[in-house]
Amino acid sequence: MKKQVCDLTVINNTRLNHDNYLIELKPSIKLENIQPGQFVNIQVKDSPTTFLRRPFSIHDVNYYNNTFAILVKTVGDGTFKLSKIEKNETLDVVFPLGNGFSEPSKGEKILLIGGGVGIAPMMHMARESKNIGVEVHILLGARSESDHILVNEFSQFGQVHLTTDDGTLGIHGFVTDHDIMSSKWKFDRFYCCGPDPMMHAVAKRAKALKTECEVSLENMMACGFGVCLCCVTKTNEGNKCVCTEGPVFNINDLEWQI
Amino acid sequence: MADLSVKIHKLELKNPVMTASGTFGNGVEFDDFIDVNALGGILLKGTTLHHREGNDYPRMAETALGMLNAVGLQNKGVDYFCKHIYPIVSKYSTNVIVNVNGSTIEEYIELTQRINELEHIAAIELNISCPNVKEGGMAFGTSCPMAEQVTREVRKVYDKTLIVKLSPNVTNIAEIAKAVEAQGADSVSLVNTFLGMAVNAETRKPVLSTITGGLSGPAIKPIALRMVWQVAQAVKVPVIGMGGIASATDAIEFMLAGASAVQIGTANFNDPQCTIKIIKGIEEYLDRHKLLSASDIIGKLQM
Repeated sequence: MKKQVCDLTVINNTRLNHDNYLIELKPSIKLENIQPGQFVNIQVKDSPTTFLRRPFSIHDVNYYNNTFAILVKTVGDGTFKLSKIEKNETLDVVFPLGNGFSEPSKGEKILLIGGGVGIAPMMHMARESKNIGVEVHILLGARSESDHILVNEFSQFGQVHLTTDDGTLGIHGFVTDHDIMSSKWKFDRFYCCGPDPMMHAVAKRAKALKTECEVSLENMMACGFGVCLCCVTKTNEGNKCVCTEGPVFNINDLEWQI
Repeated sequence: MADLSVKIHKLELKNPVMTASGTFGNGVEFDDFIDVNALGGILLKGTTLHHREGNDYPRMAETALGMLNAVGLQNKGVDYFCKHIYPIVSKYSTNVIVNVNGSTIEEYIELTQRINELEHIAAIELNISCPNVKEGGMAFGTSCPMAEQVTREVRKVYDKTLIVKLSPNVTNIAEIAKAVEAQGADSVSLVNTFLGMAVNAETRKPVLSTITGGLSGPAIKPIALRMVWQVAQAVKVPVIGMGGIASATDAIEFMLAGASAVQIGTANFNDPQCTIKIIKGIEEYLDRHKLLSASDIIGKLQM
């Protein structure tokens, strides 16, 4: 769909745990063909230190109700103010932005890997992939048990595998320590979003396993639609904007030392 | 309804609102959001003779009511521009202006000659004020003799409207403006960004890969406004004002201080439709004050 800037109505704001909120938004225009991995850019009101818009992955889309959700983790004043938004208030949003994950083919087996708030784009990806007959596995990594959110929701679309840094839930360690990332599983594709060191570790494993792998980057950006040229990442074809030429990149196109 | 049109030398603008180079891509990025042809003119992303990769990431730091950037003129060079970008921007009926950059006088001249051949480019903005390149850029805009020399040489090879974009990182901006006017500039645009810096206290490192960068946004507006006023007093050529303009009121303030037109920069990032809102706001202001023309407010600051 065409890029828009408009006020969206908050349908729900649900607190998921100590620092994560799921905000459901309804536009007045019809949502069409939102690709998993695309994002929105939100102007936060009443936060003097938040001058620029803040990008958020589109977490999930409900075409029937014409709503979509974003996952907000409170890290600074902007996300804190955003977390306080209430039902029926509006948010000034530019959307949909960026390119999504490439679509897997029917019959393929894929692994979605999310770390921390990086799990955000994976719900829509899991839903859409299952819909087209793809076998979906979801690997979620977090610091501790209390940081794991939306596990039941993910389990509707595939088998969920968990890790925690402190061993309080699932496998003790990072996502790459989980057996699901070993060679015996033979996935057709990995899709990954999370902290940079985690994405690098996943990319390294994918390369060793010769598994196709896409990562979703989150560089600091000013505009979100390809004019400020601030959010660039180095690729085989020179600097590319994460906002318009990403945020999803195939690891083979990035100049990562993996 | 008031007449919004203004003139910058030979350029006829249907309204005084243009976009600032580097904040508007090549215009097409805004096609989903606005009717680009409704603007007085658009300034394309800074172009150089040769391809430039720009500076390393991080190139941006958010600051109080503004941002620092250190993009470093990333662009694919003039050959690519002529072949791929020019055909696309030629579709616009509004004034399309190329922002011209060089690291040497020869580069400025050669690039200007190439742009001079392009029929649909209404004017050039000679950028002697980019703070984010190692060679050239701001060095030309912070010394009177160098600003004079580059303007004089470019003037010799360019017969359409020549706008010179000034750096605020100088002791006396009016002197530089007078110097480029004397060498044939048809207009001056100001201000480019202010050299600034951001530090991350936790990591104890600079935020930008280049350590310093250019500050823009509402944070710089009062200083930009003062400089526009000073320059408007000093020169006879039309002044194009910019620096933190985010609303029609901001734009009107610049015009009252002496700007014949304005450029909107960083505000495009926050609201890609702000330029259209600013045009509408200027029109409402003129009607409310029972003024017939946008020219009626240029330099009409009451002392």
